[in-house]
Amino acid sequence: MELLILLLTPICGAILLGIFGARRRAPELNIAVSLVTFLAACVLTARVTAGGPLLVAREQFFIDPFNVFLVTLTAFVGLTTSIFSRPYMRVEMDHGRVSARRLRLYHSMYQLFMTTMLVALTTNNMGLLWVAMEAATLSTVLLVTLYRTPASLEAGWKYFILCGVGIAQALFGTILLYFAAEKALGSEGVTALLWTHLNTVKGQLEPAVLGLAFVFLLVGYGTKVGLAPLHNWLPDAHAEGPTPISAVLSGLLLNVAIYSVVRCKILVEGSLHSTLPSRMLMGFGLLSVVLAVFFLWRQRDIKRLFAYSSIEHMGIITFAFGMGGPVANFAALLHMTVHSLTKSAIFFAAGHAAQKAGSQLMENIRGLITSNPTIGWGLMMGSLAILGMPPFGVFASEFLVLTTAMREQPWATPILLIALGVAFAAIFARVQPMVFGETSARRLPHPPALLPVFTHLALVLALGLYVPPYLADWYRAAAQLIGGP
Amino acid sequence: MVGIPLDLQLLNLCAALLLLLSFAMLAQRRIVTLVNLLATQGALLFVATVLLAWRTGEHHLYLSAFLTLALKVVFLPWLLHRLIKRLQVYWDTEPLLNIPGTMLIGLLVVVFSFGLAQPISALASTATRNAIGIAVAVILLSFVTMITRRKAMSQVVGFLSMENGLFFGAMSATYGMPMIVEFGVALDVLVAVLVLGIFFFQIREQFDSLDLHHLEALRERPSEPDGQPRPIQEN
Repeated sequence: MELLILLLTPICGAILLGIFGARRRAPELNIAVSLVTFLAACVLTARVTAGGPLLVAREQFFIDPFNVFLVTLTAFVGLTTSIFSRPYMRVEMDHGRVSARRLRLYHSMYQLFMTTMLVALTTNNMGLLWVAMEAATLSTVLLVTLYRTPASLEAGWKYFILCGVGIAQALFGTILLYFAAEKALGSEGVTALLWTHLNTVKGQLEPAVLGLAFVFLLVGYGTKVGLAPLHNWLPDAHAEGPTPISAVLSGLLLNVAIYSVVRCKILVEGSLHSTLPSRMLMGFGLLSVVLAVFFLWRQRDIKRLFAYSSIEHMGIITFAFGMGGPVANFAALLHMTVHSLTKSAIFFAAGHAAQKAGSQLMENIRGLITSNPTIGWGLMMGSLAILGMPPFGVFASEFLVLTTAMREQPWATPILLIALGVAFAAIFARVQPMVFGETSARRLPHPPALLPVFTHLALVLALGLYVPPYLADWYRAAAQLIGGP
Repeated sequence: MVGIPLDLQLLNLCAALLLLLSFAMLAQRRIVTLVNLLATQGALLFVATVLLAWRTGEHHLYLSAFLTLALKVVFLPWLLHRLIKRLQVYWDTEPLLNIPGTMLIGLLVVVFSFGLAQPISALASTATRNAIGIAVAVILLSFVTMITRRKAMSQVVGFLSMENGLFFGAMSATYGMPMIVEFGVALDVLVAVLVLGIFFFQIREQFDSLDLHHLEALRERPSEPDGQPRPIQEN
């Protein structure tokens, strides 16, 4: 029931906003829809925490500790982003960058995007997961090109083609998975792609086929995670689209993509009885971290800078899931949570800062602390949090990843440490003048919504200081489920 | 040919023709013809699916066959033709690699695909297991088409042909995916093409051309002084 509300609300919202999205009150409607979605997610969470995993709608949907926390996180960031986007999009409209009709498209697609992510998270059917992931790409392509500038069209095209081709690989992987499953489960057809069924028979799945399937699935969903060498679409799509979209792409879509990879990994590892999937995840993860850190140095655009930082963090999470085991999985899950909260907060602050300066180039953004102290502090604290400064939550999760790496994969520790250090230098050197430099900027016509920024940062701070026991249990249960060597 | 039933022979013929069509696409520069080739590929898929449905008695295959007919033979080619007419893109420019070169790469790709499909074919119990290699080849050849083309329209045709290859792969390895998934995939393809249609008009409006070399400004070149800054346009 809660699930029905959870999935139907954003769909109805998308339809309603498709009709009324150009009205003056549309942003409020957007917020209201997101709020209902979030409340449904909360109720669902409460129910799963109390009653254990949930299997509904002829087993097509499945809620377990692993995805329920992501559902809540997705709905929460969706809500705060809709709050942030209200003044942000008003300013964009005043600047003449979007028309009322495009705003309608924006609102409608925003809700559709939320739907696809929630479906991808809750579905039990690996085929539907694929469908939802592809739909998530499609619903955001037109959002990336919302401004219709040459650069944004290029970004949108790249996003579409790269993710389209990537996701086609994932479809082939899914076909192979189905092929192997049919052997083990018999040709009942419908049940052979259900994750819960696959999970019970994963020991009998043909290892040769599953190994091949995993390569395709990892490349496919890995493209959406933004794992290097397939990360090219990510910085462009983040930088050229409107900032609320950058925030949800970075904070949510990448999480959902990683979630799909991990779901596949659980199956394949159970079948292969080897460390191949883990080693592949660690390899891709580490490569992404290193590559992203190199590119961090060369950025001039504030949103591109943080987009590369997202690639870096996705690399860390992938690496941690690759190591596996209860501690590393716990750390990866915690890192997913705090990264998504922090990164969206940073994009909120950066978006307002860019609006103020009238440019996304970092050299044009100066002295936020004098012209608008709250944005300045938001950006500064967000950057410190994402760079892993204690006492923020990112520190806790990175610390866990590093200590586990020292024990399990000592060779990787220096690489990770150096990468984190270099990332610190690169980002801090750029954020510092933006916040503390000289400025002559004007105030924004609409008061920026900074509540989301500080709510997110406060949560990250709280998670760094203290993980409440029910949350810890929850992470532990999910970490248990993911398992690993 | 003793011992192989006629319908299976026909199925194998369809598979071979599909591969041939992929090569034709690789060599074809006229975009209208490319779309026609895509439609023919869809028609072959339809025939192959009906044959397979008849052979195996799996009723859901009839449904997906007619889905293929409606979507890939009728609707998408019609939409693409309309787009071509509206946008007036008839020819692709010289591909990045000359055509004989692409063909040679294509040959290597086919050999590679059969190697890749070997373990799967060995395990498959379907009557069409030999076609799995061809399906992989079609997927990878479409990939080559996408890489070597410059026009957005030819890339889209490559993309759709890749989807055809995936469909054929699913069919020959497992007699098709569960119906709900097939519907979802069909829906996604449909939406993808609609989105692309909108997208083409946007590109066109902005650049007066559908040539993708306009879309090469977003490169990593920040250290160059002439790297164009992209200020937010305020008007």
